[in-house]
Amino acid sequence: MKLLRLAPENTKFPFMRFRRVSYPFSALLSLIAVALFVFKGMNFGIDFAGGTVIELRAKSGAAEVGTLRTLGEGLQLGDIEVQAFGNPADATLRFGLQPGGDVAQQAAVERVRGAVGGYYDLRRVEVVGPRVSNELVQSGTLGVVLSIVAVLTYLWFRFEWQFAIGAVIATMHDLLLTVGFFSITQLEFNTTSIAAILTIVGYSLNETVVVLDRIRENMRKYKKLPTAQMVDMSINAVLPRTIMTATTVMLALFALVAFGGQVIRSFSVAMIWGIFVATYSSIFICSPMLIYLGLRNEDADKAAQKHETERKADAAVAAREDIAEEPVSGPPKSTPAPARKTSGKRAKTRPA
Amino acid sequence: MLRFSTWKFLAIVAMTVAAVLVVAPSMLSPSHYEELKSRLPSWLTPPTIVLGLDLQGGSHVTLEVDQADLISTQVKNLRDDVRRILREEKVAISGGIGTTTRGVQVRVADPADREKVLPKLRLLRNSFSGALLGGPSPLDVEASPDGVIRVTVTDAGITDKSRKAVEQSIEVIRRRVDALGTREPSIQRQGDDRVLVQVPGLQDPETLKEILGKTAKLEFRLVADPGQNPSEVEELDQVEQEGKLGVEKQVMVKGEDLTDAQPGFDQQRSGEPVVNFRFNIRGAQAFGEVTSKNVGRLFAIILDNKIISAPRILSPITGGSGQISGRFTVEQANNLAILLRAGALPAKLNIVEERTVGPGLGQDSIDAGKRAAYVGAGLVVVYMLVTYGVFGVFANLALFVHIAFIFAGLVLLGSTLTLPGIAGIVLTIGMAVDSNVLIYERIREENHAGRSILASLDAGFTRAFATIVDSNVTMFVAAAILYFLGSGPVRGFAVSLALGILTTIVTAVTMTRMMIAVWYHYARPTKLPI
Repeated sequence: MKLLRLAPENTKFPFMRFRRVSYPFSALLSLIAVALFVFKGMNFGIDFAGGTVIELRAKSGAAEVGTLRTLGEGLQLGDIEVQAFGNPADATLRFGLQPGGDVAQQAAVERVRGAVGGYYDLRRVEVVGPRVSNELVQSGTLGVVLSIVAVLTYLWFRFEWQFAIGAVIATMHDLLLTVGFFSITQLEFNTTSIAAILTIVGYSLNETVVVLDRIRENMRKYKKLPTAQMVDMSINAVLPRTIMTATTVMLALFALVAFGGQVIRSFSVAMIWGIFVATYSSIFICSPMLIYLGLRNEDADKAAQKHETERKADAAVAAREDIAEEPVSGPPKSTPAPARKTSGKRAKTRPA
Repeated sequence: MLRFSTWKFLAIVAMTVAAVLVVAPSMLSPSHYEELKSRLPSWLTPPTIVLGLDLQGGSHVTLEVDQADLISTQVKNLRDDVRRILREEKVAISGGIGTTTRGVQVRVADPADREKVLPKLRLLRNSFSGALLGGPSPLDVEASPDGVIRVTVTDAGITDKSRKAVEQSIEVIRRRVDALGTREPSIQRQGDDRVLVQVPGLQDPETLKEILGKTAKLEFRLVADPGQNPSEVEELDQVEQEGKLGVEKQVMVKGEDLTDAQPGFDQQRSGEPVVNFRFNIRGAQAFGEVTSKNVGRLFAIILDNKIISAPRILSPITGGSGQISGRFTVEQANNLAILLRAGALPAKLNIVEERTVGPGLGQDSIDAGKRAAYVGAGLVVVYMLVTYGVFGVFANLALFVHIAFIFAGLVLLGSTLTLPGIAGIVLTIGMAVDSNVLIYERIREENHAGRSILASLDAGFTRAFATIVDSNVTMFVAAAILYFLGSGPVRGFAVSLALGILTTIVTAVTMTRMMIAVWYHYARPTKLPI
């Protein structure tokens, strides 16, 4: 059976050479994202802005957006937004916080119910008062900041500090571009969007860690190779996996966009953008950062010497090729396996 | 690579079987589930997945103690206490008792009198709040040299009162919601001054808000006669009519003396809906006394400072029962009866957040989520199959178990499945195979580098494992933070994401490895099939 391969085999793309293009490019995009955020702003949903969303379904026939708008404006609720979506019988009304505190919000819903209740069913009503929306903004911001700090700490323990810095810069980049995406598309930004952003942060780090892991491995294996070349080699090695995983996640996300319904569409669309950006940044932003941060400055002699021992250890792993097959659930101690296992482990975890 | 201890193999098989058994009841239709339940002994009621309010429909309402109202009530009470103390000590004041935003002030000209009342006033803090032993004082009492004494409620006092109000409210709200006859409402305290009410599967969310939003303070007071002392009269709004009506400040009978209230119909006259009530002994006595002394006058029935009606007292009512009429609809009479039976809230509560989903929309969301999950899983399964062939089959089997594990985890944790939760599961379907991809690609790579099949398999699993752990820990951290900071549906997302990450380690790594080992044992391949 001929199997499908999306990623070409044994690629040797000189990714690091692109850093002179990718850095200014990403810097520009990030700046645009910040500018969009500042000047165009976000389409904050009621979770963060406060206000009311009412989802209506016409009791018979199609929803009449025009009539609803006129009706809504007649109620004097400030800016009222009427939207049709999906099913022609459905429409949503959205309006901002009413002056007069929490009691006024409920009174406004009552007025809408009185005006449209005869022709429409209120399928969903969400009212968020001013204090609650402020708290949601706080906890949302705190969540994003905390997760970045937590992951930075983890990476710092697990990898060299250059890796942690690189990963965080890449993650910040993804975060900025996602915010810019929300601003330019004016997708509604609500608590689910925070979930999307944190998932993107998670995915972005996931991507970054996979690349960094390989770089770390190769760094110990090929001491004599210039950093740029070694990083290129590592990225090319994990490229098939990167493409595969991005594709499977995209497939799942497209299913969510197409069939998941109105409520989680903005989540899914933002995730798709995030996966795209995260994949890009793990290759073009995080990895070159290692070169700028001066990942390697060891003594060349020492490196060469270690290289030699690494090769010996590698040979030990290679020696396993002539392992004979053993029964699936055979007794573990009756074979000379433990000894081999140790040698393999040593080759892998030898300190640089 | 090929060796697996028997117990490990059995453990994985047992876990899979257990997961499928745990999940199975949730997949049954409601009627089949009931049938299954009736056949099993009662101690073995199979748990099912709890659907979030966004999926089964229902209301999520956050109520908050109205601080301004709470403070003004406290100030009013304080004023009464101060007046009582001054009267008891027979202390003369110049100008009446003034109220400030947070307390009261009086001017006691005579220093000797001041010395007499100050200790008494300080003692008020004990009766104000008995629970605050050793804590910060709920009341501040200070006297300035010019003779002005100020008694103010401190922040600690307000917090304490609102905390107590929340506690009492929870009881009252539970009685009210239970009267609606819904299943499994959840009523919880949130912070110091909030109550979260979640009622699933409600057909009519309006009624819920109707009965949650009312304080239900019922009072019976006489309507003031013309020429009565204005300081004893208060103008109140009327529910049924325009304009205000003057009633006496003195409350004759209070709602707390009611023992029962039932909706009914007026037997004598119009046949309109009314609420019939019965007093306890104290209420019955007071009611009898007032109605005996005031035949011919109007007697106002006041709910939350609004006059419902003010019928004329035709004859003394001594039987201890009565009737409230006020041009109600049947539903209004019903709700009022519920409110009166459950008792009044200790403070005014405002709705600060409301999320209501109708049952129809919930079902639509379930359908949409299911469709997205099937399509997403289908696409991923096909893709893995065409990319990795027989290894793809292993990955897909592991994926199936992975999904079963997530659902089993949700059932066992009693965690709710929300729409974002479904999105999380679909997302983990895409990401669960990531571990397989990492391993398979590594195997290919090792094989291309010239290793034998077995050595490549071995190296693929061992080398990819560290990466899998590292990359999943980062994702898990993000999910954990989401869980602790998110609320409602977003929490559901965090739970399914976290579960997905945990189970992927078992399914994608251990299970796949086992399957490949078995396959290798029997197929004896000469060439790597990927």
